[in-house]
Amino acid sequence: MTGMQVVWTLIKILVMLAVVVNLAAILTWYDRRGSAMMQDRVGPNRAVFKLFGQEIRLAGLLHPAADGIKFFTKEDFLPPKADKLLFGIAPILAVASVLALVATIPFADTVCPNSLWRTVTRDGGPMTIFPAVQRFGSCVADPKNGVFPIEMSVAALNVGILYVFAIAGQGIIGAAIAGWSSDNKFSLMGALRAASQMVSYEVTLGMSLIGAMMVYGSVRLDDMVRWQGENAWGIFVQPLAFFLFFASSVAETKRIPFDCPEAESELVSGYFTEYSGMKFGMFYLAEYMEVVTSSMLLVTIFLGGWQVPFIHRDGITLELGAMRFAHLALPHIWMTILGALVFFGKVILMCWLQAFVRWSLPRFRYDQLMRLGWKILLPASLANILVTGTVTLAIDKAGPAASDALRLAGHITQAFVAVVVIYYVGRVVVGMFGRRPKDRFVVGSSADQANSAGGTTSSPMQA
Amino acid sequence: MRSAIAIMNTTFPKKQSQAKVAPVPRVAHDFREKSYLPEILAGVGVSMKHFFTNTKDMLKGQRPDPVMERLDEGISTISYPEQKRPYPERFRGIHRLTLREDNSPRCVACLCCSTACPAQCIFIEAGEYPEGDKRRGYERFPVKFVIDELRCIFCGYCVEACPCDAIRMDTGKHAVPYDSRDQFIYGKELLMAFEGRDGTHATENPRHEPGEATHPGIDRDHSHH
Repeated sequence: MTGMQVVWTLIKILVMLAVVVNLAAILTWYDRRGSAMMQDRVGPNRAVFKLFGQEIRLAGLLHPAADGIKFFTKEDFLPPKADKLLFGIAPILAVASVLALVATIPFADTVCPNSLWRTVTRDGGPMTIFPAVQRFGSCVADPKNGVFPIEMSVAALNVGILYVFAIAGQGIIGAAIAGWSSDNKFSLMGALRAASQMVSYEVTLGMSLIGAMMVYGSVRLDDMVRWQGENAWGIFVQPLAFFLFFASSVAETKRIPFDCPEAESELVSGYFTEYSGMKFGMFYLAEYMEVVTSSMLLVTIFLGGWQVPFIHRDGITLELGAMRFAHLALPHIWMTILGALVFFGKVILMCWLQAFVRWSLPRFRYDQLMRLGWKILLPASLANILVTGTVTLAIDKAGPAASDALRLAGHITQAFVAVVVIYYVGRVVVGMFGRRPKDRFVVGSSADQANSAGGTTSSPMQA
Repeated sequence: MRSAIAIMNTTFPKKQSQAKVAPVPRVAHDFREKSYLPEILAGVGVSMKHFFTNTKDMLKGQRPDPVMERLDEGISTISYPEQKRPYPERFRGIHRLTLREDNSPRCVACLCCSTACPAQCIFIEAGEYPEGDKRRGYERFPVKFVIDELRCIFCGYCVEACPCDAIRMDTGKHAVPYDSRDQFIYGKELLMAFEGRDGTHATENPRHEPGEATHPGIDRDHSHH
């Protein structure tokens, strides 16, 4: 491992940690503020920061910071009969498993450090150029000339997805130990529920991806993304697996509608009832980091990771089947930055969607939860494996004509994605213009007085 | 299910005649509802509709007026300390003593209000006008006029009982939360200092002083005694 590789690894760790932790903090804000928007409320906006006599509220974005201060300054309560060691370890386990999970997720295509920029002599002086790279076969390791491809994931493991499952399964331990060690019946109940729920849904989580692995022909996450870029995104190849994985990953994060382990109305707050201060904060943060990591996995496996339709490593290529309409080579450094931005953008979009699921659905009853897991999701994932295997085998036997047709179909799905994204972005942009008609005045002396005063005194915190 | 009922009937034959348990018919779900997914998407769609319209309103500062358009779609929260809902016109707030043109209270210390008060929160000490005052013999005046606002139930009987329109509850203010109980005991000067909603100390009803031409009824000059 050369010095450059160490520097690159540090950069990757920094990027991933910064994104996961900060996105989790922003998600705690969004969960409150966004839910307020969904429920016709204003939401939190009182955390204030005074600067030069100005009150800065940032639409409530200071609340996560205020929460952090509160977590650190609150009493760290320990129940008298709790197991002190395990009580302290549990939140660490909860956070550590999530952070370890993030390590394998690739957030951009492999970088060739030598092709990022080059200094050449042209017109009689040195000039920096940003070259493009080949779509395939570029960046082969060549230690003699000091060429090392840099995988843009903290640890590019060969076992990839298997490691993800191994680590994701560890999340149970934190919850189970927390509930057991706090010497509280509600906590224990929540821990039992958490353990049984996560064991049940872990099965579906794994099974739903076997089909995807068969199609992609690899367990490496970056290979999966590359396959999706060349063919079609996973959501088109494995639509059923996408929904199964989505449902079971929501169950794994223990969020509504699968929040039986916390179940405020039944178990106070489940396995972390007795926790306070930063220990509670770590559980709280772990929950949101799990949302981020599950979104990252969804994006990597089903939504094409860093891929953008018709944009590859070498630039923009408009193609349909065997026909190639246009090609524009773009610098490698741009493509890398674009890939990382697109990946994190997709992750944010998935987190945003998960918040909608969380605030739209009621909680499952415990028996409904188990029935859904074992009687619906698990058989569906097994059927998915069977169908995928059959179809894959049939395509392999069918010969080159079938693969040409599939290539065309893949490009059509890419075009479909592009059209859908452009349509919805356009709808949001157009929707920002125009004003809802408001012409209904409430009759009443209060409304009359407000009207004569030119409207209710406007608040400085509209946003 | 049917066989279970049959067993129950044979074991407890009396229950057949007096079936107290009414079976609740189960709602039939079709496949679409049972498979969750379309219903979930519909629910998420409703959330999204609210999310986008409300976010747009907040970003553009166009959210409905919380008082005038309170029944409209959208966020109609009153951000309390900054925004306040005006109290209705007939809201009974804390009391005030209305004033005559010479800024003395209109109250004639007849004790009607303190008699009518079900909470007995009004204390009036009546005083006679000095010898030679043209009001002497016609009216008295309150030396002390004290209302315990903690004891008051804001029923408004004092206002109805007052023959002189001297006490009113149209300040549009509610009792302020103080630190100690003695601060809730409002004296005459404080009650006289409060303004009505229109910002004046006067009332609509004109006051006719003894000796004026408009003074109704008998006075000293037209006394038959």
